[in-house]
Amino acid sequence: MKYLSLVWAGLWRKKVRTILTMLSIVVAFLLFGLLQGINQGMNHVFRSLNAERLYVQSRLNMNDGLPLAYLEKIRSVPGVQAVTHWSYFGGFYQNAQNSLPVFAVDAATQFIVYPKIKVSEEQVEALERTRTGAIIGTEIAAKYGWKIGDRVPLRTSIWTNREGSDVYPVDVVGIMDISAYDAGSFPAFYVNYEYLDAARAFGTGSVLFFVVSVADPRRGSEIAASIDALFANSPFETTTQTEQVFAQSQMKQVGDINLIANSIVSAALFTLLFLTGNTMMQSVRERIPEFALLKTLGFPDRAVLALIFSEAFVLCVLAALIGLGLAQIAFGLISSVLGPLSLPPVVIEMGVSLAVLLALVSGSLPAWRSTRINIVDALAGR
Amino acid sequence: MTPAVRLNRIAKTYSRGLQKVEVLHSLSLNIDKGEFVSIMGPSGSGKTTLLNLIAGLDAPSAGEIEVAGERIDKLSRGRLSVWRARNIGFVFQFYNLLPVLSAARNVEVPLLLTPLSGPQRKQRVAAALQLVGLADRAEHKPSELSGGQQQRVSIARALVADAALFVCDEPTGDLDRESAEGILQLLQMLNRDQGKTIIMVTHDPLAADHATRQVRMDKGRLVNSIATAA
Repeated sequence: MKYLSLVWAGLWRKKVRTILTMLSIVVAFLLFGLLQGINQGMNHVFRSLNAERLYVQSRLNMNDGLPLAYLEKIRSVPGVQAVTHWSYFGGFYQNAQNSLPVFAVDAATQFIVYPKIKVSEEQVEALERTRTGAIIGTEIAAKYGWKIGDRVPLRTSIWTNREGSDVYPVDVVGIMDISAYDAGSFPAFYVNYEYLDAARAFGTGSVLFFVVSVADPRRGSEIAASIDALFANSPFETTTQTEQVFAQSQMKQVGDINLIANSIVSAALFTLLFLTGNTMMQSVRERIPEFALLKTLGFPDRAVLALIFSEAFVLCVLAALIGLGLAQIAFGLISSVLGPLSLPPVVIEMGVSLAVLLALVSGSLPAWRSTRINIVDALAGR
Repeated sequence: MTPAVRLNRIAKTYSRGLQKVEVLHSLSLNIDKGEFVSIMGPSGSGKTTLLNLIAGLDAPSAGEIEVAGERIDKLSRGRLSVWRARNIGFVFQFYNLLPVLSAARNVEVPLLLTPLSGPQRKQRVAAALQLVGLADRAEHKPSELSGGQQQRVSIARALVADAALFVCDEPTGDLDRESAEGILQLLQMLNRDQGKTIIMVTHDPLAADHATRQVRMDKGRLVNSIATAA
């Protein structure tokens, strides 16, 4: 600690240069925190997904959909406990900016396959009874001020009905809590499949995918293979995946977030290595007479090395912590838009470790140079 | 009297490319404890090289150097650092203060190598600055001090670790006559009242007059050594 004044003073010898270098590191670690935070957050969601559910979709293209007639065949596969199906509605309220996560579902089986959705039995029965019924999530209800009994003129960007209209009036018959299924991305607006299928002008009798609940998750792969074997060489071949793999494949349609995050962060850190190394090198070069003085006064080589590495550590770790702190603040701000996000402790640990590594690598060349200082020459200004 | 410094037939040769330059030739010299010795001579006579050898900043090509009872020509680089910290106070022509530190922090630097606590270091720094007459400028940075004041800070830095031997390389070379006189009187006081052994390289005969002995060098050899009335 007694050397801290020397380290701190050395660091701020050229204030502007230090601040600019620090800002670069702050921005790089802010980027690191944001990208790794999102990445880790998604991995956490994937890991938390249930292995007891399988998703059956078209092998060629998920958007092609599958015939509803597959339902009974899938149900007959040994090990299958329950089957439900989802059809994307492409819903919005009033205008396309008010997009809604609407899916047409089978009310009788939806809440069996997803047992952690909190909704009363009466409301589920009301959905089954009411052809135009809808059960919505608490957040959507709060956002639009909708309550049970309200009629909502739901619009679709896909399923024009037989009258040529895109409006499907629905009646709110229930409000559900879906927080157990990652409220940020889980569909939160259900309408009856029969209502959609009877009214739409095309695509009748098809669903987007089936969701299968299995009794023994250890047999998931075997059951998935059995389902796919059922429809092999048919006009609508299937691909059956676990919920985790399915979710990851969905994300990969956007891009490989992991690869993107790691590529950007690696590029930023690689650039930083040169920037910080250059700053440390310049700083040491300018202070060769000062280091020579310290050695003259009796500071051993290891003490001078420790001073240089300490400066690099303070610079890199302090800036990294500021960057990660800003990422945490940013997550707090965007959580209201994208759902609950935060910086996992593992990302903070990774960030600090990277900052230490950055300090070690960028400080090593200047530190090595300091050990080569010839006191007599340096004091004479040679 | 026990010699503070004993040089026995020392030589120093530098290599400049393929050329070898012999700067000191078989030089022998004894300096007693408590002496104030000035070393004079023309440029290139080997004064600063001699001072660097005595201070353990450089190693001789041949010969023996004993300072404060230690054969420093036999010490390793690491042990020489420790030895310098304990035995030598340095005063340079251009003060060599760390520009980003206050006067007090500059004076404290040699004490960072000791096991003294923060308050003990502070006390010693205050005493050293008091002795050189700069107690009221402790928090000033070198750029806020005059040349004479900066040299006083560097003397306080040499004093603070209680080194018995001061090596001064042209300590008044960058100062006006009045400031130089103040520094020389301070060195005289430290020699007289605190018993510090002082070896001072200078070009200035008036500065040399403050020493108790004047040593003259030319072309890497001792020319003469005269006790003075100072």
